[in-house]
Amino acid sequence: MTTTAFPRGAAIAGVYEHPSRFSPNKTEFQIMAESAKGALDDAGLQRTDVDGLFGASMSMGLMGIVDLAEYLDLYPDYLDGTNIGGSSFVAHVTHAAAAVSAGLCQVALVLYGSTAASNSMAIGTGGTGGSRNPDSAFSAPYGMTTVGSYATYANLHMDTYGTTSEQLAEIAVTMRQHASLNPRAKMRNPITVNDVLDSRMISRPLHLLDCCIISDGGGAVVVTSLERARDLAKPPVQLLGCGEAVQHQGVGYSDILTIAAKQSGARAFEMAGVKHSDIDLAMIYDSFTITVLATLENLGFCPVGEGGNFVSNGGIALGGTLPVNPDGGGLSSNHPGMRGIFLVIEAVKQLRDECDARQVPKAEVALAHGTGGTIGDKHSGATLILGVDR
Amino acid sequence: MSAIEHPLPFASWESRGFWEGAGRGELVLQRCEACGLVQHRPRGVCAHCLDGSALTHFTASGSGEIYSFTITEQNQAKGFAEACPYVMAYVKLDEGPRLLTVIVDCDPDDVAVGARVVADYVSQNRDDAEVFAVPVFRLG
Repeated sequence: MTTTAFPRGAAIAGVYEHPSRFSPNKTEFQIMAESAKGALDDAGLQRTDVDGLFGASMSMGLMGIVDLAEYLDLYPDYLDGTNIGGSSFVAHVTHAAAAVSAGLCQVALVLYGSTAASNSMAIGTGGTGGSRNPDSAFSAPYGMTTVGSYATYANLHMDTYGTTSEQLAEIAVTMRQHASLNPRAKMRNPITVNDVLDSRMISRPLHLLDCCIISDGGGAVVVTSLERARDLAKPPVQLLGCGEAVQHQGVGYSDILTIAAKQSGARAFEMAGVKHSDIDLAMIYDSFTITVLATLENLGFCPVGEGGNFVSNGGIALGGTLPVNPDGGGLSSNHPGMRGIFLVIEAVKQLRDECDARQVPKAEVALAHGTGGTIGDKHSGATLILGVDR
Repeated sequence: MSAIEHPLPFASWESRGFWEGAGRGELVLQRCEACGLVQHRPRGVCAHCLDGSALTHFTASGSGEIYSFTITEQNQAKGFAEACPYVMAYVKLDEGPRLLTVIVDCDPDDVAVGARVVADYVSQNRDDAEVFAVPVFRLG
């Protein structure tokens, strides 16, 4: 397996998922710093080896990446504070690989930290109070919420293809089943399709259990050249393919059922030179059950409109056609506001065979796809295809 | 369940035509006379020509059909929390572009993708005492 996009070869040398799900006594930057330590230890590197800094968070704004460098007392040669929503960290890994491959930095650190839960943040249902920003004048008066936007997508999908609430519920049930195998997952008690359907309606057709949980947390990823990664503590995980894309309302005519994943996924598969059947597991951003169904269809794992059948009967469970989110995902393990970094971390751990009860046997190629913003409205997508070094 | 208290849309010079039209009870859209594009939301330029010199405003029919919708049962924001459940929808206007809106005065169970809708205008007092109007839609 070769990668043409990164001629020097780029690899993930270290990862760390912050164990906390509730940290009322920590700050975002503290969680990022503790995660940085974890990922550098994992790789066998020092803080002073870092010469590329990448990060985003719910509260980092203008100059945020400079503030983060100061907090960590780092003086990197390369900075990237790209914030395209929850997919940012998947994109950061791509950007870091490009920077490493171009020789602009050698050791890139990607960071995320959040205290969304301890701040009692209403991420999905706190939408659009008044705003003095004229750019939001066409959404703020109408009570758009994050979950509401995904719900318009779900309704259109149901109307167009006959997708059912039962099929969406299967996704939540599978994620919970996976979470029961993950000792760190926040929600581990099994649920049934009926539990999902009987849970409170939030925005029709999405119920409470169609929605991700809200937790605190964070994580870190170290990206370096494949050559250097081979000399470090853990087996390298190679970047095989990547892609980024957006979807939005355009000037009022875009096909909302076609999400960013279609464009970013096609690019990533082409670059990696792998087929869908080569993918041993997929880490799919699961802000809501519908997010998973939409993403799997648009990435081409099944024809558009057939996602409902694809996710049913254990199709995306461990042992199924395509295991999705063995960690339990945002629906059951953790969702501190922006979840993209955990997609990369779990994919790497799976490819390093470190996942115990939730391990996908003989996993050699993994796909991670992050969605940022809101499907149904404007959003970003970032796809990574990762493989074991060989 | 009470009526939605629509938060204030703050108009910029780019969107003034739309909001002034709403105040008159008209749905005002932009057309680029150079390329023919009818665009929403309004911009200072035609998004395709990157030039605003041929942009004009015109009064649309106010008719269209529901592209998609959701019945919002939970929204913690003031003005909406008390109005739940309410129907938020994308409406595809007969003139082409889609816009976000709410469907008012209806039984949510009667709302469906493809249903015909017409615009209406809800006037509210703003905190600075200016009266403004928000386009909403009704089944029909």
